[in-house]
Amino acid sequence: MIVISNLNKTYKTPKGTVTALENINLRIEKGDIFGIIGFSGAGKSTLIRCLNRLEEPDSGSIEIEGKVITQLNQSELQQARRKIGMIFQQFNLLDSKTVFQNVAFPLKVAGHPKPFIQKRVREILDLVQLSDKENVYPFQLSGGQKQRVGIARALVNEPDVLLSDEATSALDPQTTYSILELLKDINRKLHLTIVLITHELDVLQHICNNMAVIENGRIVETGSVDKFFLNPESDTAKRFVKIIEYYRDKRMVMEGTGAGI
Amino acid sequence: MRDDLIDLLWKGLLETLYMVFWSSLFALVLGMTLGVTLVVTEKGGILEAPRLHKVISTLINSVRSLPFIILIVLLLPLSRWVVGTTLGPTAAIVSLSIGAAPFLGRIIENTLKEVSPGKVEAAKSIGAPPFTIIFHVLIPEALPALVRGITIGIIGITEFTAVAGAIGAGGLGSLAIRFGYQRFREDVLFATVILIILLVQLIQWGGDFIAGQISKKRYKFE
Ligand SMILES: Nc1ncnc2c1ncn2[C@@H]1O[C@H](COP(=O)(O)OP(=O)(O)OP(=O)(O)O)[C@@H](O)[C@H]1O
Ligand SMILES: [Mg+2]
Repeated sequence: MIVISNLNKTYKTPKGTVTALENINLRIEKGDIFGIIGFSGAGKSTLIRCLNRLEEPDSGSIEIEGKVITQLNQSELQQARRKIGMIFQQFNLLDSKTVFQNVAFPLKVAGHPKPFIQKRVREILDLVQLSDKENVYPFQLSGGQKQRVGIARALVNEPDVLLSDEATSALDPQTTYSILELLKDINRKLHLTIVLITHELDVLQHICNNMAVIENGRIVETGSVDKFFLNPESDTAKRFVKIIEYYRDKRMVMEGTGAGI
Repeated sequence: MRDDLIDLLWKGLLETLYMVFWSSLFALVLGMTLGVTLVVTEKGGILEAPRLHKVISTLINSVRSLPFIILIVLLLPLSRWVVGTTLGPTAAIVSLSIGAAPFLGRIIENTLKEVSPGKVEAAKSIGAPPFTIIFHVLIPEALPALVRGITIGIIGITEFTAVAGAIGAGGLGSLAIRFGYQRFREDVLFATVILIILLVQLIQWGGDFIAGQISKKRYKFE
């Protein structure tokens, strides 16, 4: 379970302070697939990056599986991060390492023995269907394959939580779909909590159970994904749903003409 | 051409190679330390320490703003202290290493800064400590560019050895000045110039080759 309480974050820039997050309170159940949605600049990345303290919050607390992340010192934080996987829009694989070495990296950092690393990396590569690519360098992979390596790297040390910041935004729809299926599958198999940020309502609809809408650094709506689509309350949610309806209506009209009406 | 030419050149070349090799090695160790420290201590770096960054940066700028010949003179007492003399190739290695280290440090700093912050973040997100990030992410990811940058540095050192020759370091530079300039031996002058040019070409070619091999391994299609 993830519990975020009274979280605040501002950025100090030469032009003044930007409030990126304001009094965020959120609770994400263990094993949930939780979506965070909002328009550009709303604070989504800042929020997810606070969860593993790639961004340091100004105040408030974050608790993951009973551990208060915001109170850890640097070396405790490093330990804790080993159980919080993260995947990125730009994949962020290491060009100097093969697929195998990229995936083995977290295990090496965690100090596991070599035979264990070999066995575990092969297992996880099998799970993301990249067994045949273990000795290839990332440069030779497609975007979808790179993200699979990213997922394998994030999961290899059996984390409790997977954080995903627009992990499918750089991928085509079909590849996006296969990555989402993979995440769903992993969520079921490993009972892993997934927090994902997305711009794409399809992604939300496809795999998330619950969600939060963020607007100008504040959470303006939370609840089940179904409620979001059936009964949107916040401005952002209404605008998102309106966009969907607009396209659905347009498609119905076009299909209508096609049928000769 | 006189019959002592080959002997002179051979001795000069060996001295130059000796100076270039050891100065490059020491300058590289120092420069790497400086470059890495600059990158990790800057604001937002993995071992953020803006004060230390500022101190090192100012120090580097100060050393770099001195003309090399003056730096050698300034470092003469150090040479005497370390190797017991201020003359000859071994004494020159002290000044060459210290003179070239800040230059290499800046080159290495700039190269390491080009590593995408995303890769560093990915390493942080898996719980990698700072030293692991330096040795498993920053340096290996920048390696082809590092090799190219270091090549520039070593060529700089080769030029510096020739300058150091002017004040008694030995090597090809000293030949050119003692024989070519002071005794009007044009054969020595031209031969040393050609040797230095060849040496620089060789270093450049070597650097390009190594960098190319690393890139080819990572960025080839099968
Ligand atoms: N390092 C930073 N320095 C200063 N301001 C920042 C920094 N990072 C983010 N911000 C600001 O904080 C706010 C929230 O940014 P954030 O990246 O969290 O948005 P986002 O919801 O992820 O947007 P997008 O959908 O475009 O990725 C924005 O106003 C942004 O300009
Ligand atoms: Mg973002």
